[in-house]
Amino acid sequence: MTQLYKVAIVGSGPGGMSAGGRAAQAGISHILLEKTDHLSDTIYKYQKGKLVMATPDILPLRSPMDFKLGIREDILGTWDRQTAELKVNVKFNSEVTKITGKKGAFELTVAGGEKIQAENVVLAIGLQGNLRKLGIPGSDNHPKVQYQLDDPDEYADETIMVVGAGDAAIENAVALAKQNKVIIVNRSAEFARAKQGNLDLITKSIEKGLLECMYSSAPVRLEPAGDRLKHVLKTADGEAEVVCDRIIARLGALAPRSFVEACGIQFPSKDPTALPELSPTYESNVAGLYIIGALAGYPLIKQAMNQGYEVVEFIQGNRVKPADEPLLEEKFKKLLDRYTVDELLVAIQSTIPVFAGLTILQLREVLLGSEVRMPQAGETVFQRNEFTNTFFTVFEGEVAIQVDSEDRDDDVMLGPGSFFGEMGLISGRRRSATVIASKPCVLIETARREMIKLIKSLPKVRETIDRAAVERQIRTYLAPSLSRDDMDSILRSAKLRSFKSNEVLFKEGDPGDGVFLIRTGSCTVSRRIGDKEIVMSYVPAGHYVGEMALVRDMPRSATVKAAIETETVWLDGAGFRLLLDHLPDLRHRIERRIGAIITQTEDMAARPETGNLIQFLVQEGGKEAADMLLIDESLCVRCDNCEKACAETHGGISRLDREAGPTYASIHVPTSCRHCEHPHCMADCPPDALHKTKDGEVYIDEQTCIGCGNCERNCPYGVIHMSYEAPAKPGLLSWLLFGLGYGPGEDKKAVHDSHQGKKLAVKCDMCKDIDGGAACVRSCPTGAAIRVSPEQFFSLTNNVAQ
Amino acid sequence: MHESILAFRGFKYLKLSALMVAVTAIVYAVHQPTVGPPNGGTALGYALGTLGLGLIIWLAWFGVRKRRYGLGKMLLEDWLSAHVYLGLGLIVVATLHTGFQFGWNVHTLAYVLMILVIASGAFGVFAYLRYPRLMTENRRGATQRELLTQIAELDVKAREISAGLGDDIHGEVMRAQEKLALGGPARRQLSGRDPNCPATAALKRVGDLSLGLPVTDAEKGRALIALLARKVELVERVRRDLGFKAMMDVWLFVHVPLTFGLLASLTAHVVSVFFYW
Ligand SMILES: Cc1cc2nc3c(=O)[nH]c(=O)nc-3n(C[C@H](O)[C@H](O)[C@H](O)COP(=O)(O)OP(=O)(O)OC[C@H]3O[C@@H](n4cnc5c(N)ncnc54)[C@H](O)[C@@H]3O)c2cc1C
Ligand code: HEM
Ligand code: HEM
Ligand code: SF4
Ligand code: SF4
Ligand code: SF4
Repeated sequence: MTQLYKVAIVGSGPGGMSAGGRAAQAGISHILLEKTDHLSDTIYKYQKGKLVMATPDILPLRSPMDFKLGIREDILGTWDRQTAELKVNVKFNSEVTKITGKKGAFELTVAGGEKIQAENVVLAIGLQGNLRKLGIPGSDNHPKVQYQLDDPDEYADETIMVVGAGDAAIENAVALAKQNKVIIVNRSAEFARAKQGNLDLITKSIEKGLLECMYSSAPVRLEPAGDRLKHVLKTADGEAEVVCDRIIARLGALAPRSFVEACGIQFPSKDPTALPELSPTYESNVAGLYIIGALAGYPLIKQAMNQGYEVVEFIQGNRVKPADEPLLEEKFKKLLDRYTVDELLVAIQSTIPVFAGLTILQLREVLLGSEVRMPQAGETVFQRNEFTNTFFTVFEGEVAIQVDSEDRDDDVMLGPGSFFGEMGLISGRRRSATVIASKPCVLIETARREMIKLIKSLPKVRETIDRAAVERQIRTYLAPSLSRDDMDSILRSAKLRSFKSNEVLFKEGDPGDGVFLIRTGSCTVSRRIGDKEIVMSYVPAGHYVGEMALVRDMPRSATVKAAIETETVWLDGAGFRLLLDHLPDLRHRIERRIGAIITQTEDMAARPETGNLIQFLVQEGGKEAADMLLIDESLCVRCDNCEKACAETHGGISRLDREAGPTYASIHVPTSCRHCEHPHCMADCPPDALHKTKDGEVYIDEQTCIGCGNCERNCPYGVIHMSYEAPAKPGLLSWLLFGLGYGPGEDKKAVHDSHQGKKLAVKCDMCKDIDGGAACVRSCPTGAAIRVSPEQFFSLTNNVAQ
Repeated sequence: MHESILAFRGFKYLKLSALMVAVTAIVYAVHQPTVGPPNGGTALGYALGTLGLGLIIWLAWFGVRKRRYGLGKMLLEDWLSAHVYLGLGLIVVATLHTGFQFGWNVHTLAYVLMILVIASGAFGVFAYLRYPRLMTENRRGATQRELLTQIAELDVKAREISAGLGDDIHGEVMRAQEKLALGGPARRQLSGRDPNCPATAALKRVGDLSLGLPVTDAEKGRALIALLARKVELVERVRRDLGFKAMMDVWLFVHVPLTFGLLASLTAHVVSVFFYW
């Protein structure tokens, strides 16, 4: 007999569970469907004993279940108990595979075929997705075929096959190889998907014979072989058989997006990180189908729990105020004598076009990630050369953008509705102008991460910003004093062109058809000398390439390649020549630059090793670094005083591994943060604990870090690690005079065993809080350790290669 | 961008130290003691003695300054460059202080200790300039741990292969693996080699023994010898690596304890001249 529930909740994470609890409490007929055999699988899978953080502290919790800072086991225990006490109708082992129907009559299909009817559906399936399975005959539910690896040290003296070529596969394979014979199975002929650090790791390990690799091989079937496994694979040379003890398949997860789309929910853009558009009641474009929690773009437990509560209220028709209302009120305190929060939201949308296309829910999110600034006339908003990357919109008043540092006539005035600061946001580099309030202003300063989310989700926001940005970039980088008409005609020919890492912008010998203005990323310039491609120079964002061929009317004299994902503004030949004709000044500047380039090229041709060094540094992070730690190994006496200094100035934990990392021509790049222009580590930090300072340093706010490990995984240079607090040590004098304690530096064993405090992410913060800057550099007795920005590469390389 | 401690900031401290030495020497040459020959007891003697003592305390302070991480805005390299040049200049200052009056007493003991500290320091500078580059070249991009893992890997393979080649060869391989020691006594570490290296010996003996292998095993025998030869090469590299590091460290075992001795004997010297002079 089928029952029609008022609400079916899919997924029992913090969001779904809280919704179930609220429904039970309110006496609404409901069912909570969970794929696994326990509640809240994401949290269930956290590392044992993990301290679960209840950030943000200021956000009140509104849920029938309790949640506060605590150990994973305690929290899960509490939730299990409260779910039982509230008599939530949970159905485990019920993976929902299909949702059809419409409001009032949805039908949910559960794996296995059972159907469930409900008037409303709440999707709370999180973002973890489904692990991809091997899916070959003999592999289903085989106890020796696993898709996860908790502790590599658990296995010893086995033959283990690791299937996959991504970061997880590589990390598992290398960790297992310490105690086991490991064969890694790679479908293709190389490890292209892995990040640089892991790529180095796996190639080195294979070279050294620490583990074996089967390239271009695909699993076909499994057969029993005694109590072992016979694994049949298809290889380039036909079928192969390997007998092994265990198979660990790390094939990644299938993002939930396709399932969600199959339910009829639309995403505004193709970008994989785009979020579905929701109404203020979390309702999707399918009426009666609601989305909450991580899937809706709210990455924290408390947010998910609050939404679980709210969504059930909304379904009942209760218009509760969102739990984050007090936070918004706090932020906009200064304006609330004139507006209520709701009025303010409407006023912002009608004044500021960039935000016009947002749903109210999206706008709330953006504003929660924003600050209100009310500068007086004459007050500075930000300075040229700062590394800040927030985005400003003008709500009231007017600001002056000082494009030229001296000439006040070139100032650009911006009034209500306009925006600025997008250049820093886009390029990840220093601010290109100083901005001053020319009248008393109300400005909304939005965090980079909120803007990135918007840009990725909403193509319209991206277009609006890009349109203005292109013009401003042309003005800033090329032609500050261009007339309106000229600018318009140039804009007509200008195009945004993006290049992937290693993609070629143009090749030596090509006809010169236009100029590229690099707005994000960076490029290398190289030439063929003899039969080798020699790197001549490195061009960061904010510069242009390709002008030489146009000015001189000759083919391209060098090849320009994107060192990393790069976006450019492309001006066609005619447009650029027009610029030159109207701006004799620009022509002079370019002629002079070409002279310098020619001299430099001759110089570099004589010393190809310098080019190799540039290539090496660019690859090891120079392409996106604001700052790199480099050690000249011909001076380094391996005293590790740099590491000790880092540990001593950072709570006993070194954020730098001196010995690890690659070396070329005696220049060693130790494992230490590059302070990227667009930090990968920031991409997916649930509590937004990673920040960038005015000077470009990327740092972690220990107060808000929840220890999820995302940044550790996302950093391509492997410079973040998770660590407990270091136990206290006796002072320096006790050690110097009496030999007490471990002495200066990180006592790795003690830190590893400490289990003291939370296990949080640590990374180099450039000693931003220490007077005098980088302690590692200052503590190197021989001057081997230096920190440089890419702009300084040249002086460095010249020095080494004399 | 990178500058060695000697060349630091255009030899700034070499110039400063040379100036100090020159001034001291000129004053010494011009100065006419009221009684007796020049010595530590004259007015100039006192002045130079005080300057010398000040320098020594400051030089010894380097051991603390080096570990005051994050404090003080100067680069440690700045300090070390000054330490080296002013430390060398000290020879002249202290010698002129004595007026070349040496004897078998605590004063001369202090002087001798000072000279030893300075000499060891000079060797340190030599080591710091010479060995880092050799070390990098020897490592060829690998870390020491990686070299050791490679050796361990070769060991496993060698055991596997030799197990099928008869007890003599297998025993030889096993014994050599057990006996292999990297590091060891200071003298051997410093030399960067080991004349009685078990790995080298095993390579030779297995080479001899494998001549007696049946034809069917010859292939395996060659593979084993190749493994052992690679291991010898790696082991020699690790030894050289340890040797270079030891050379960079060893002199500090003279430099630092003698610094303490020097401070003690100087205290005795100063106290004694005040009490008994
Ligand atoms: C390692 C790590 C540490 C973290 N630490 C913290 C922290 O300390 N504090 C914090 O606030 N946040 C933390 N987070 C983030 C937090 O875990 C998530 O924000 C939160 O779990 C999201 O809740 P949710 O309800 O949206 O989805 P989830 O918790 O992901 O729950 C989804 C549930 O749905 C089930 N499911 C999925 N698909 C189906 C289907 N088709 N049918 C039925 N059921 C399905 C899953 O099995 C799962 O139980 C951390 C995240 C990670 C990965
Ligand atoms: C404040 C510091 C010092 C004072 C006041 C001082 C004082 C003196 C005096 C008064 C003498 C003469 C003693 C005599 O003729 O018997 C002397 C001699 C001497 N001093 Fe110093 N001195 C000082 C520092 C030093 C230092 C730094 C050194 C070197 C390490 C040193 C090494 C000697 C030596 C070798 C002699 C010669 C001893 C001899 O005559 O046999 N002194 N000092
Ligand atoms: C009497 C004079 C000197 C004294 C008392 C002295 C004392 C010291 C001390 C205490 C240290 C710290 C060692 C440590 O803790 O690691 C040190 C380091 C050093 N000294 Fe001297 N020193 C003297 C002269 C010199 C001279 C003349 C030279 C060079 C020519 C020199 C070269 C060095 C070097 C290279 C270091 C090592 C720096 C490092 O690796 O951190 N010293 N000295
Ligand atoms: S930690 Fe972040 S900023 Fe630093 S290197 Fe890694 S990704 Fe770049
Ligand atoms: S700059 Fe500071 S935080 Fe960064 S590695 Fe050096 S000492 Fe550590
Ligand atoms: S402090 Fe300088 S010399 Fe010492 S290990 Fe670090 S880089 Fe090398």
